[in-house]
Amino acid sequence: MYAALAVRGFRRYATYRAATLAGAFTNTVFGVVIAYTYIALWEVRPSLGGYDIDQAVTFAWIAQALIAPVAIFGGFVVDELVERIRTGAAAIDLHRPVSLLGLRLAEDLGRGAYHLLARGVIPTVVGALLFDLVWPDRITTWVLAALSILMAIVVSFGLRYLLGLLAYWIIDIQGPHWIVILSQLFFSGMMLPLVVFPDWLRLIADLLPFRCLIQIPIDVFLSDSTGTNAAPLLGVQLLWIVILLSAGAALTRIAVRKVVVQGG
Amino acid sequence: MVEAVRGFYVIAGAWIRAALTYRTSFVIMVLVQVVITFLDFAAIIIMFGHLDAFGGFSLPQIALLFAMSGFALGAADLLVGNSEALGRRIRDGSFDQMLVRPVPPIVQVAADRFAIRRIGRIAQSLAVLTWALWTVSIDWTVGRVVVLVGAMFCGAVIFCAIFVMGGAFQVFAGDAAEVSNAFTYGGNTLTQYPLTIYPTELVKGVTFIVPIAFVNWYPGLYVLDIDDPFDLPSWFQFASPVAAVVFVVAAAAFWRIAVRRYRSTGS
Repeated sequence: MYAALAVRGFRRYATYRAATLAGAFTNTVFGVVIAYTYIALWEVRPSLGGYDIDQAVTFAWIAQALIAPVAIFGGFVVDELVERIRTGAAAIDLHRPVSLLGLRLAEDLGRGAYHLLARGVIPTVVGALLFDLVWPDRITTWVLAALSILMAIVVSFGLRYLLGLLAYWIIDIQGPHWIVILSQLFFSGMMLPLVVFPDWLRLIADLLPFRCLIQIPIDVFLSDSTGTNAAPLLGVQLLWIVILLSAGAALTRIAVRKVVVQGG
Repeated sequence: MVEAVRGFYVIAGAWIRAALTYRTSFVIMVLVQVVITFLDFAAIIIMFGHLDAFGGFSLPQIALLFAMSGFALGAADLLVGNSEALGRRIRDGSFDQMLVRPVPPIVQVAADRFAIRRIGRIAQSLAVLTWALWTVSIDWTVGRVVVLVGAMFCGAVIFCAIFVMGGAFQVFAGDAAEVSNAFTYGGNTLTQYPLTIYPTELVKGVTFIVPIAFVNWYPGLYVLDIDDPFDLPSWFQFASPVAAVVFVVAAAAFWRIAVRRYRSTGS
């Protein structure tokens, strides 16, 4: 059942081919610009933050590839939940023979898989053609990196699901939505790798879940050449998944009790 | 022309009144715009924690380039940024209605969902500009003031032209709205840094193909009194108006072709 939902999620986004290509094009342009800014920085300070130039450039490109799958700019799931709560369609979801959280998670994993393939592969290939990217040496690292990206999508889902549920309590969630988007942009490593942050800012970033989206998957991806130990990083992601999804499940139960369907 | 301006004023005014009705949302959205642009600048400040000069430019010098580019994009985004949303109008058929109204369609498209919250980016850019002018050492002459002010105006016009082209492009490629983001927001990100960090081909590309280097780079070199590191002709530093006119003509032509080619989706 959940597999079927995931396939639907994949197919649903696969319909918009022109939009996907346009998005991949934009990611690629940003990849070029950001790669050159990192080169300028690392040329002056080689080995800054434990990366060499090639690793920093790889960071820039993988980050572009992950923007869409981990939904840095929010939207997916959030918009749907809010809309369904506003129109009352959320009541129908409660009749379904699957849990609300499970249903949305399965669909979002399908979406994430599609975005990873469609909007991740093109920028990565172009990046590899234009620059020297660093690839994992060992098969196990590829597997761990894939696992880390999967967990990044789940963490991102957990955040967006909680945001969507907020609409049961406040009607306009634009404010909280943007707070999350801005945090995702800045504290994930998207705008600048967290290794470059000054210590106090790095500490804040380490305490927040957002680094699970970009910084951690890329550190796992680079772990063969940087010598980083991937296991604790995956542990952090797992911890945040447990926290966010159990909060999501608990909040769903409370929300269901609260729901009053109009005209019923 | 007068009619077009009045049309824009009426439509945009309605959207402004609508936005101001929900005051809290409005304040939040302006703040969001300020913070987004501030984060870009924060990233540059963090980088300068590790360096004294970036691409040969000091922090105040980069702040000047950053502010010029940010102001130009912000002003263009405010005035015509909603041409991005033309794809949706085409899909739901409401572009047809625009074509039969007595106001030029380009004016309606630009003023459609006019988002006054976008003054946030302009405000943040002006704040950075103030700081940059305060800290950077410039040998002020009348010429430098004229070039700086002129470049901010021309830069806005260049980004406006790019937004309009992006809108026109959607007539041909339905939901490919994001392509124009690569040139608008992407162009803004690219020009936030001195072009010395990019390879020569890229610099030629943003000079001769998509002339966003004229938004801040060439006039900025003149204002800061820096020799062009790429040895391109020095009159380029005064050529922002030329680039703006050329690109506006191109955008206008492309827009006309697009409107003429437009086929309604209705049955």
